[in-house]
Amino acid sequence: MEKLHIEGSAKTPSVNFDGQVGILEMRGRSIPENSIEFFQPLMDWIEAYGAEPTEETRVDMKLEYFNTSSSKCILDLFKRLEKINNGESQVLINWFYETDDEDMQEAGEDYAAIVDLKFEIQEIDEI
Amino acid sequence: MALTDVYNYYRRMEDEQVILSFKGEFSAELLTSILHIMESKMLELSIPMQMKKRVFNVLVECFQNLYHHIDKDYSDIPMDATKNSALVMVKYVDNKIMVLTGNYIPKRSTNDLKQKLVLVNELDEKELRELYQQRLLNNSVSRKGTAGLGIIDIARKSKNELGYEFVEVNDDYSFFCLSIVIE
Repeated sequence: MEKLHIEGSAKTPSVNFDGQVGILEMRGRSIPENSIEFFQPLMDWIEAYGAEPTEETRVDMKLEYFNTSSSKCILDLFKRLEKINNGESQVLINWFYETDDEDMQEAGEDYAAIVDLKFEIQEIDEI
Repeated sequence: MALTDVYNYYRRMEDEQVILSFKGEFSAELLTSILHIMESKMLELSIPMQMKKRVFNVLVECFQNLYHHIDKDYSDIPMDATKNSALVMVKYVDNKIMVLTGNYIPKRSTNDLKQKLVLVNELDEKELRELYQQRLLNNSVSRKGTAGLGIIDIARKSKNELGYEFVEVNDDYSFFCLSIVIE
């Protein structure tokens, strides 16, 4: 399946979804005015990937910060991954936060609490 | 305004420790520019990473609230050009950043907004976090992508009571002033 690659910008994260190896990465800040517009291609890609996922799917979320409308879209993205997790692939979310960034740590914990997927919340020096 | 008032105006801003001020129409491009300016200002001021991110977060939510709001169709109420513009000011006092915004708001929207502000000011950190999770799960995203989470997020990032005031302008409009302290 086609890889999804989107360059990062001042308001949107870089996206690298690789269906061959089952690694989906988002990195940077996510503060678009219209989050739905930005996230739609990601949702569509996951939908297509769900038809033929790899045995294990690893999602690396390396976000600096995000706006509230992105937070809703990120939840929707995880919800879509929940469906794939249903036996077809083992989905793991690696949620990264920069050292001492307790807000992003909390954000990860919040998702882990409301999403039925395996989360690993990890501290790194720099995103 | 007499020309010497320019100096008075400057002094006033200086005394108030204003590091950034903008009055005019809000747009997506303006937000990008303001974030850019704030990035270098905060670098100069050696603001810690966490605080910096909180300031960005608050500015983003304020802005997006403002122009999503400005975009709304209030065609049934009389409106002149100034009603479209807003004010944003950032002050740096005693190692704290203060974000101040001011914008016109139709009177009929004030109650709803006031209720939200009263609510977030009553809640402690843990309760705000719970409310956020709850709203995240239950709120549907509106057409423009606002999830109704903005004020809760601002309160969470601020960790201080939000200051606000509604100044009556005329029968249709009030001027909404908001102040957010970030430590």
